[in-house]
This record gives sequence, structure tokens and C-alpha cells, in this order.
Amino acid sequence: MKAGVILGQEVRDRWQQQERRVARNVPCFGMEDSRSARHETHGGFFYGTDPARHGDSVPDDGPGTTPSIPTTVLQQVVKTDNGHLMGEESSIFDEMAGKAGGLRRPYESYRNWFDGENLSDLRRKSSEAELFFRRTGITFNVYGDDAADERLIPFDIVPRILSQTEWTRITKGIEQRVRAINAFLYDIYHRQEILKAGRVPVELIARNPAFLPRMVGASPPGNVYTHVVGIDIVRTAEDEFFVLEDNARTPSGVSYMLENRETMLQMFPELFTRIKVQPIQDYPTNLLRSLTATAPRNCTGECTVAVLTPGVHNSAYFEHIFLADGMGVDLVEGSDLRVVDGKIAMRTTEGYKAIDVLYRRIDDEFLDPLNFSPDSMLGIPGIMDIYRAGGITLANAPGTGIADDKAIYSYMPDIVEFYTGEKALLKNVPTWRCAEPEALAYVVDHLEELVVKEVHGSGGYGMLVGPAASKRERAAFTRKLQARPMNYIAQPTLALSTVPILTEKGLAPRHVDLRPFVLVSPQQITITPGGLTRVALKQGSLVVNSSQGGGTKDTWVLGD
Amino acid sequence: MLGKTAGGLFWMFRYLERSENTARLIETGLRIGMTRSVGTHDEWQSVLRTAAVEKLYRDRHPTLETGKAIDFLLRDPANPSSVMSAISTARQNARLVRTAITREVWGAVNDTYLILQQALKNPVSTRNLNEVLDTIRQQSALVRGATHGTMLRSDRFDFCRLGTFLERADNTARILDVKYYVLLPSVGQIGSNLDNVQWETILRSVAGQRSYRWVNQGETTPIGIANFLIFDGRMPRSLTYSVRKIDANMAYLEEAYGVRHASHDMSAQLMERLETETIDSVFDYGLHEFICEFLNDIAGLGRQIERDYRFLE
Repeated sequence: MKAGVILGQEVRDRWQQQERRVARNVPCFGMEDSRSARHETHGGFFYGTDPARHGDSVPDDGPGTTPSIPTTVLQQVVKTDNGHLMGEESSIFDEMAGKAGGLRRPYESYRNWFDGENLSDLRRKSSEAELFFRRTGITFNVYGDDAADERLIPFDIVPRILSQTEWTRITKGIEQRVRAINAFLYDIYHRQEILKAGRVPVELIARNPAFLPRMVGASPPGNVYTHVVGIDIVRTAEDEFFVLEDNARTPSGVSYMLENRETMLQMFPELFTRIKVQPIQDYPTNLLRSLTATAPRNCTGECTVAVLTPGVHNSAYFEHIFLADGMGVDLVEGSDLRVVDGKIAMRTTEGYKAIDVLYRRIDDEFLDPLNFSPDSMLGIPGIMDIYRAGGITLANAPGTGIADDKAIYSYMPDIVEFYTGEKALLKNVPTWRCAEPEALAYVVDHLEELVVKEVHGSGGYGMLVGPAASKRERAAFTRKLQARPMNYIAQPTLALSTVPILTEKGLAPRHVDLRPFVLVSPQQITITPGGLTRVALKQGSLVVNSSQGGGTKDTWVLGD
Repeated sequence: MLGKTAGGLFWMFRYLERSENTARLIETGLRIGMTRSVGTHDEWQSVLRTAAVEKLYRDRHPTLETGKAIDFLLRDPANPSSVMSAISTARQNARLVRTAITREVWGAVNDTYLILQQALKNPVSTRNLNEVLDTIRQQSALVRGATHGTMLRSDRFDFCRLGTFLERADNTARILDVKYYVLLPSVGQIGSNLDNVQWETILRSVAGQRSYRWVNQGETTPIGIANFLIFDGRMPRSLTYSVRKIDANMAYLEEAYGVRHASHDMSAQLMERLETETIDSVFDYGLHEFICEFLNDIAGLGRQIERDYRFLE
């Protein structure tokens, strides 16, 4: 298996078929929360052996060390050198140069600065960045002690820059979408008006494993379902933005966003005095504020927040530390928690202390062995009952997966319109639902130019990347499609925009996407200016896979 | 603070202390080997026994050889007390308690790990051994400095210190235990100077050869060394010094939490015994018996702290 950065859901789904016990469709980035499920019996304890106690004894082998590393592929994976699909390379929108090969306004100041710099100095800075990351411990996929398993996601020092105007446009669309997602979740778990209105098919919900019957009738404090959301956005032209995916479960990657900026500030302080970039460092503070604002009604006095991690072996563990640290709250595991007097409480050096808001980074099905997956050691028995009784706030709420399911995705424009009364500001990638006969016929006819994905990531055989597949693979997939069409959706490949990276020969364009992070509280929606830009470091590639050179960039939103 | 976090800090610092102690034992073994005129491998047996890994070594290697012993103590992952294992475990615990330590402490521990991992990637030749041991010493100093310079003096710090001094008390007592027969007056060396090699082994193992000379004006007697390592409160690796620190940190915890536990009584008893006994009474009682009891008490105290502060479920 290859290490990598998760972008689309499809590869995840293939993984989940191989590994049934891993939760479904976890939106994530590079480090999949659910991945730790295989280590769950170990609890991630790293205490030691006491020579006085054990004499010459050898300690337990400790937590499992089998590397299980998620792969990654950028959705709409294609090779851009395939002219048939992508058109000429020149038709691709470069965010620095634009189409005409000029220089777009948001990049003017940066480019000015860059042209005055010495290339080899910048190359040296670039390798310093890697050292900085390794020393801070920003690695992912850490299993056991073997440093060979600690990987860094490569960082490119050329920022991706958005103007205030572009950003405003994106945020308006995101805000609308996130409001709609929360309204949809409330509706789906209460009156189900949207189903009654026939705007979303009933069976799409009823048969969906992401729909949690235990959540029916439960109302999270402030009716906030998705406290933290990551919306994946791609761009194809000056004015063309698409939502690739909504991540409404436990989106990750925010620590990379923050550390990327921290690294840039350390390496290029002069750049930030020349160019006014909107700050992002208050994300942890905003997160804490947002979480506290949704504390249960019975929470009196100071509200206790904690971050729940699957443990030290989880590939996103660094991020869990990072967020707990940034908020100044405890980082707990299931083994630290139990039910005490109708509250979830954590074991402290002074006894058990009640928690009011739990920012959980484990998936629904591992949350409560009494209510969901009975063999999960990660969760807390009985937490769902406490939750339903209003004793604790879970962020995100259980059952939010129904809003970012791939089957639901194609209905998002309808969902947005249904709850906001407005047209969706951000476009969806056109999607063929193979359940519809006409769509199926089209998909079968155009398989070599489409990406076909499984709807629930269950019961199938993964996705097909048409342009990359052989004739034989396409033929085999066609048979599967025809056998169970309702199981699939298809999307076209997109000509993703590019942003330059620093190579040995200077700047060179590479394809990117963007994951802005959204915080939702009963009072407001806060979107951190920028987000995480992921970049395919390999020329022409749309595959963001660390083994194939996928990386990240700092993302700037310019001040006024 | 989470019980798990307290446990993580405690063990992180135990392992940091252990890595340093193991490195010092290697240095001692090496030094003795170089300065001894006749060729046996006795020093490595006693070093392995002091590090409490003799059996483990024998399980893996049929013969006692300098190179193998050094490699086993320095980098063997099968040896939980090897320098590399101890640093790795310390770092894993540091990851576990990342939110309870400062960025500087984490950085120092992580750097140490990365540097040693590079330095200990392959077996270290005798020629390069001193350089590697130097690096370990420097890195330990760095971690200690970061800890002292940046950590808030709260309960977190107390658990770090408890780990450090429990491990140190254990280590010094172990050195005494392995060498107790050398120190015994009954062996017939009463009044005579110890064999140079023997006293050097002991004092080097605790980085105390200079200090001892300052304190005792060069007079190296068994009783003098035993007294120095057990009772001298100025000697930072002595039992009295370590237990005094343990007791003080226990008192801080009592003050901070307003609760006195069984472990407080245990550490007070340990302190009291060290304050009332003298080196003569210890020799009358039996040095070996005294050390055995001390090692048991220290282990018992560690377990009680673990229970009282809920390190585990």
C-alpha cells in the first residue's frame, strides 16, 4: 500500500471493502481517523516497563505495528497529457498566469518579490522547511517506532493566493451550502419535509448506512449538526468553482493549514511585511468558542471541552494533539472516559471530571459499543444515551454522514434550494446517477472519459477511472454497472486549475484543489480565510498522492 | 490533569533518565576495559546486571563479548533499556502527553530521537563510540534544560520529577547492589583502599568520581563510597538526594490537590529511614539487605503513585 493524501472518497471506499471494520466514508485528509480501528484493542498506551518490577523482562510488544496506510487519489484522476480528455495543457487555467500567460493581479506583489530572489536560496529554504516539519513532529502514518513509517506531506513554498473578491465569492457559496447541510440534517432526523416534497428519494435515506435511526428526534444544542466542515473546492477557470465534496463528519487537515502558515512566517518574514495576508492563527480559539457555544443546556458554570482521539497510532494523531493544545483542552481516549452521574467524565489525577463538549475525532460507528459497533474499543459505552438525554454535546453530531454521502451529493443543488430558497452559489460537479436509465446509457457509452464511483462504498468493487483504465477493465466495469446501476454515480474529469510550485528550474504549474475549513455555531458560521491547498507535485498529474509527489501549499487570502 | 497524561509524563521522564544511565554504564564498561591490564569481560557482566538486562542478553547471545554487549546496550530494540529503546519509548510517551509539555521540551525530545536514530542506525565502532556517547550526553542536557527552562511548575512538572527521581534512585541502588560485595568490609579490605578498577566502576557509573574526591579528599574506602552514594544529600544521584526530591514533589502534589494518599506515607517513610540510618547501621544491618529493601520500597512507591493518581483505568 502506498502512503498518501486522501482527496476523493473513492479510494477510501475501496479500502473499506478490504477492511470492513473501518468506518465508512470518513472525510479526511492524508490521515484517516478511522484507520486506527485496527489498533483499537491496544489503546495507544506507551508506558514503560519498570526494571524494579520486572527485572529483565521484555515489555509487551505494544501497539500493533502493521502499517496500514491509506492511499489517495485526487478525484477526477486523469493524466493531463491525455489531450483527448483534458484538451491542450494551454487550456488549463493557471492561477498565477491566467490563460494568456500573463500575471494575474493577486500574484503581482508575490511575483515581484519572487523575481528578486535567488533561486538557489529559495531551494535551500525549501529543504529547511522539511526539516522544520520533521522537527515539529508534523508527520502522518506513524506506526510504532520505525521512523521509516513517519512520512511528511511535502510542502511547497510558493503560496496559493486568492484575492478578497474571489474569497468572498467562495465563502458566500460555502456559507449557503453549510446552512443548507445543517437544515437538511435537522429535517432528515425530524419531519423529513424534503422527502415528503419528493426532492430527495426516500430510499436514498432509508437504505443508507450513514443514516442513524438513533438520531431521529434528537436535537443537538443550537441545532448545530456540523460544528466543523471541510468543503473541497476545485477551480477550472477565472469564474468557475465547483464543490468536489462536502466533508461533514470529521474533516481533517486543518493542522497542515496552520503549520504551513507558521512555516511560511518563519521562513519569509519579509514577505508578510510586504504583502498583507489575512491571518488564520485564531482557528483554535474560534474552534473553542464555537464548541463552547453549543454546550448542553444543563452545563452550568465553566464549560469543559475535550478532544477525543482514537489514540497515538491514528494517522491524524498529530492533528488531534495540535487542536487540543491550541484550545488548551484535554486530549482523551475512550479508555479515559466513562459515564458518571449522567455525564461523560474523564479520569483525572483527582478523580472523574465531567465533560460538556466532546470534539470527537472518531467515527459514528466506533463511538458507542452499546449502541453501534459492539466490538469497538475506541468509544465509550453508553455515550449515545447520555447524548440523547442532553448530557453532552458531540461535535460533529452523530449521523451527519448522511449529508456528505456520495449518493446525496448529486442532490445538493436541490437541497440548497429547498432550505434556502436560493440557487446554489457554488456549482456541483455534474453527476450522472446510474440508477436513472438515461444516465446509465450515457455513462456506459462514455466510460473512457468518466470517473465512476460507488455510492455508499459498500457491496461493490471500487471506482473506475475511465481515462486511466484499460479496455478490458472498462468492459468488466460495464458489466458491474449494468448489474447494479443504483450503486454508482459518474462524473466527468475536470481541467483543474494550476498554481506554480518551486522546482529546480524555477516555477512550474501544478494542479491544485482547496479545502476551506468552516466552523458552525448557533450564532454564526466562521470560515478561516484560505484553507488547505493540495497540489499534485508531479508534472501534468492530477493525482495527489504522496508516493507520486502530492503536497500542500500555504493559502493566502489577500487583505483589502 | 488526565491520569493518563500524568502517567505519560512520569514514564517519559523515567525513560529519559534511563537512557542517560544506560549511556553512562556503557561509558563505564568501555573505560574499565581500556584501563584494565588483564583481559576478561567481567565489567560487561556487571554492567548488564546493573542495567537489569543480563538475562535478556544471555537469551540472545551465547557469549559475553564487548562489541555485542555495547550494541545490546546501545541500540538493540529487544532491550527495553537500550539507549535507543529508552529514547523511543520516552518520545512515544512525549507524543502521548504532547499537550502537557512545552513545544521546547517536545522539540528537544524529538530532536534527540531523530539525531540518535541517525547516529545509531548501524552498529557503532569503538572508534566512534565516544562521539556517540557525547551526543547522548549533550542531548540529555538539552532536554533537561528545556524542561527546567520552560515547564510550568504545576502538577505536570511534579509528575516529570517523580519519574526522574524514582528512576534515578532505582538506578543508583542497583549499582550499589551489583557491587555490594566489593564494598563489604567483610571481604577483608577493611581500612585498605579499594582496587582502583572497582571504585572507578562504581563512581563512574554515577558520574561521581570528581565529586567524591572533593568530598573525601581522595580517600577511597568502601564505607566512604557507600556513604557517598546512599547518604550524601549533596550528591545528585545519591539515594538521599533522589528520595528527598521525590518527597518534595509528593508534597507539592498534596498541596496542589489537597489530598494525601498512601503514596505520601510511603515516600515519607523512605525519607525517614534515610534520615535516621547511618552508614554504620546499614553495614550492621547488612548492605545487601538494605539495598534490596530499598529497591522494593521504590518499586512499591511507583506502583502506589500509579494507583493514587489514576495513571491507568
